[in-house]
Amino acid sequence: MYLKDIVLELNLKVVSGEERLTDEVLGGYVGDLLSDVMANSKEGDLWITRQIHQNIVAVASLKDHAGIILIQGCKPAADTLDKARKEGVPIMVTEMPGFEVIGRVYNMIATKKGPDPST
Amino acid sequence: MAAWKGSTTNVLSHETAIYENSFPVEGGTYENAGHVSSQIKALLKRMKISKEVVRRAALVTYESEINICSYARSGKIVLRVTPEHVTIEAIDEGQGIVDIELAMQEGYSTATDRIREMGFGAGMGLCNIKNFSDFFRITSEIGKGTHLKMVIRIDKDFDGI
Repeated sequence: MYLKDIVLELNLKVVSGEERLTDEVLGGYVGDLLSDVMANSKEGDLWITRQIHQNIVAVASLKDHAGIILIQGCKPAADTLDKARKEGVPIMVTEMPGFEVIGRVYNMIATKKGPDPST
Repeated sequence: MAAWKGSTTNVLSHETAIYENSFPVEGGTYENAGHVSSQIKALLKRMKISKEVVRRAALVTYESEINICSYARSGKIVLRVTPEHVTIEAIDEGQGIVDIELAMQEGYSTATDRIREMGFGAGMGLCNIKNFSDFFRITSEIGKGTHLKMVIRIDKDFDGI
């Protein structure tokens, strides 16, 4: 599963890190508490959040995430965008509420991995 | 006051450092938060230290940076690498911690609303630091500051947590 597949399927708007759309997405993580994301997310995860300040770039970069999806029409702050572009961290934005984004991303990743997403 | 995890006997003081450096951290602003962690992550990667150790070191450094940014006037992160261990110390000048036992409880935080709105201050930082270190010690003096010491073993046979 590549980041560009998810971007196309969910019609996400890519605002930074376009050069990494061909990176593989290994999983996903959902959270707005940065310490939770730091502790529990994994390399290659697509991080879904509504935090928009520049520290999300540091977290995604430190954890080697595949990218960040900002939900519900959240837009990255100007300094977040600058930093993400500089560091090549893909940020995608969507008007969709988190529940829908998460469900669709989960289904895409899970169905590519095996026939039964619950196992 | 102090709290700790692990035994210092694992950390040999006579070990020769192959790298040692101190990085300043600005208090009271998140503008550069994560900057030192990124630098340390890049440095450790260049030293060919295992991914898992690098990730743990980056995590404990990041949480320490956030604590300094959130609560201290100023501080520094000291990185020391020996063939066996990565040692990270976070030393700040600030208000200190009144009750360390309480501060170490998951979910306890003295963070302001502003800090919480940003997704910090969930009362997880110090627990994360402790969980991701092999040795952890925290000491604090009211009105002076807080000193964290974290050691992560470089174990070539065990690249996991």
